[in-house]
Amino acid sequence: MSKSNFTRRGLLKTSVAAGGALAMPTIFSPSWADGHAGFTNAPQGSTVTLGFNVPQSGPYADEGADELRAYELAVEHLNGGGDGGMINTFSSKTLDGTGILGKKVEYVTGDTQTKSDAARASARSMIEKDGAVMITGGSSSGVAVAVQALCQEAGIIFMAGLTHSNDTTGKDRKANGFRHFFNSYMSGAALAPVLANAYGKDRKAYHLTADYNWGYTTEEAVTQATEAVGWETVNTVKTPLTQTDFSSYIAPVLQTDADVLVLNHYGGNMVNSLTNAVQFGLRDKQVNGKNFEIVVPLYSRLMARGAGANVKGIFGSTNWHWSLTDEGSKAFVQSFGTKYGFPPSQAAHTCYVQTMLYADAVNRAGSFNPCAVVEALEGFEFDGLGNGPTLYRAEDHQCFKDVLVVKGKENPTSEFDLLEIVEITPRAQVEYAPDHPQMGGAAATLGSCNPGA
Amino acid sequence: MEAIILQILNGLDKGSAYALIALGLTLIFGTLGVVNFAHGAIFMIGAFCAVTLQRMLSASKSFIDETQTDFLGNPKKVEVPYLHDWFGPEVGQSIIEWSVPLAILFAIPIMMFVGYAMERGLIKHFYKRPHADQILVTFGLAIVLQEVIKAFYGANPIPTPAPPAFTGAFDFGALLGFDPNTIIYPYWRLIYFAFAALVITSVFAFLQFTTFGMVVRAGMADRETVGLLGIDIDKRFTMMFAIAAVVAGLAGVMYTPINSPNYHMGMDFLVLSFVVVVVGGMGSLPGAVLAGFLLGVLESFASMAVVIDLVPGINQIIIYLVAIVILLTRPRGLMGRRGVMED
Repeated sequence: MSKSNFTRRGLLKTSVAAGGALAMPTIFSPSWADGHAGFTNAPQGSTVTLGFNVPQSGPYADEGADELRAYELAVEHLNGGGDGGMINTFSSKTLDGTGILGKKVEYVTGDTQTKSDAARASARSMIEKDGAVMITGGSSSGVAVAVQALCQEAGIIFMAGLTHSNDTTGKDRKANGFRHFFNSYMSGAALAPVLANAYGKDRKAYHLTADYNWGYTTEEAVTQATEAVGWETVNTVKTPLTQTDFSSYIAPVLQTDADVLVLNHYGGNMVNSLTNAVQFGLRDKQVNGKNFEIVVPLYSRLMARGAGANVKGIFGSTNWHWSLTDEGSKAFVQSFGTKYGFPPSQAAHTCYVQTMLYADAVNRAGSFNPCAVVEALEGFEFDGLGNGPTLYRAEDHQCFKDVLVVKGKENPTSEFDLLEIVEITPRAQVEYAPDHPQMGGAAATLGSCNPGA
Repeated sequence: MEAIILQILNGLDKGSAYALIALGLTLIFGTLGVVNFAHGAIFMIGAFCAVTLQRMLSASKSFIDETQTDFLGNPKKVEVPYLHDWFGPEVGQSIIEWSVPLAILFAIPIMMFVGYAMERGLIKHFYKRPHADQILVTFGLAIVLQEVIKAFYGANPIPTPAPPAFTGAFDFGALLGFDPNTIIYPYWRLIYFAFAALVITSVFAFLQFTTFGMVVRAGMADRETVGLLGIDIDKRFTMMFAIAAVVAGLAGVMYTPINSPNYHMGMDFLVLSFVVVVVGGMGSLPGAVLAGFLLGVLESFASMAVVIDLVPGINQIIIYLVAIVILLTRPRGLMGRRGVMED
């Protein structure tokens, strides 16, 4: 008589296990582990795939297109093409044009549409279907926070693109996520002394703030920084993100004794609110015996073109500008300008740099394992990438470097020549403690690195 | 008091845009019975007529200036508009700066053609189809049109300023006996309001005092009877579609100095304009105009800080809140006719 091992209890256990596996989201499925070496999407063969997740449709499509140009240039340089760009000026010398760890770099792209859901879906697709070992890009903090969380769960490194909200490396920081771009706190800290110097310490500011995450952190950072230099905040008004005509928000400013209007708006919102404010004659107005002034905390040179002559003389801050004369910036502008015929935007710059930093970290770590990459990037000090000496701080994965305070140029010589650098604020002036209240306080932690698989 | 006057001005200005778009929408619905979700895209195409004319007038010849360098340090390519060559720098530049008002003339034939082609080429095939099909196909058309514009002009807003003579603001405060500079309003927005009033009056006069208009009104009331009298009402309705496109297109042209145009500006106005049409009463022309101004003024008041402090978030929902209240109390809208959309 043969004895069967097939028992009712065994059948139940097997069914439960199989059902659980099937019900599990694809992201946790073993398909990622195909040929893995202990981490998600370990590169096989002679190539490695990077995922560039940028807005290819929607209102930030032009900024996304510039990011994609920078990524394509970075891949070309990593694979030994072109003039090498900032590889030649980067203080770390592990990149030699042979790809990453000797593997040729390939890439796939996704369209974030500047919507968190769409961005997560495209990132997920690049991870699951295309085997991307790193995800990078984006033009929105909402998208960055959402995709960063996805990459953390998936065991993938996320090298953020253009994201300026404090939260990305503040309360929503993640061990697998890294940001080269500066943030709202840094804008406030850099701008306030320059504003006090230009407009005086006895000023009354009225804030219009985009009603979403980035707007809140920028308003908080700028109000705290300007109040610290003596300014008074008269009012803060939230404006819907979908607002196009800001006249009904700007007209009430005329009824207050505010003498400065701070527009915590970005992109299309900034173009429209600034245009409307200038139409209402605010810049020709005298209040409290002073000229009325307008401030735009975060400038995008690419988007500022939409505001035309209205940006003239208006202060703001930016992460990088093509007119910088350090060797890294010159090399990047030369490469980018020769290839595409116009200078790169700050979004393009940060995306190029993030790709180089990732590639270098993998080379230094000797592995694509996300935890090894995290270890290589944490506390990494570098130079030659356009922002002077820079630190990737271990506690929050935020880059600390000089910040540019800029002003709309009075007499631009070309359509790209919209901003002039007023001050390069030293890194020390924009540094803060990792547990700063604006960054989520002591409760904000990176968590543990997740290698996935 | 000054704040209230300012918000009334703002409301009338916003209402002008809503009314102009909604007027065309309701005209199409009243004549052809089509719910046209591509109407916002027509507004956007009108705005890009102004952008196109600005670019045409700015067409330049280029030469290499060895004394200047570009961002790469190479000799700079300098561009000089042909108009500067032909008429001298001052006159040539003035013509370029007047591109928005000139675009009104440029846009009329283009918008008429766009409206005619849209109706004959696509929409006429959906007259007998359910409203859901009409909405889907016109919404799809709107997406196609905006993507075509994006492919040609990019996604970023394009500055299209008003002529220098109309920049700056008018001081109503001094005029009305208030403190100077407390009620100032941009010249171009006042012009926009006056322009909207002129266009709306013209459309009403056209429908009221011309034979063509009389036939169209008769067709709106009873299409079959008018047809039985031997009148080709379809041809007249096609013309009305083209006129509605011209109205929306001109609204777009004149809007460009207020906000720099971009490819999705039509979508920004579309939903609001539909709410305006529904609140005004489907198919009612005076209703659309009345609702446009009413909702514009209410939206402006809801944006005041004191109102937002009192009812947080009211600025984001006021239009829809008013629509709900009006539809609950007057299900056909403010001036809706019995029988429209009720079969």
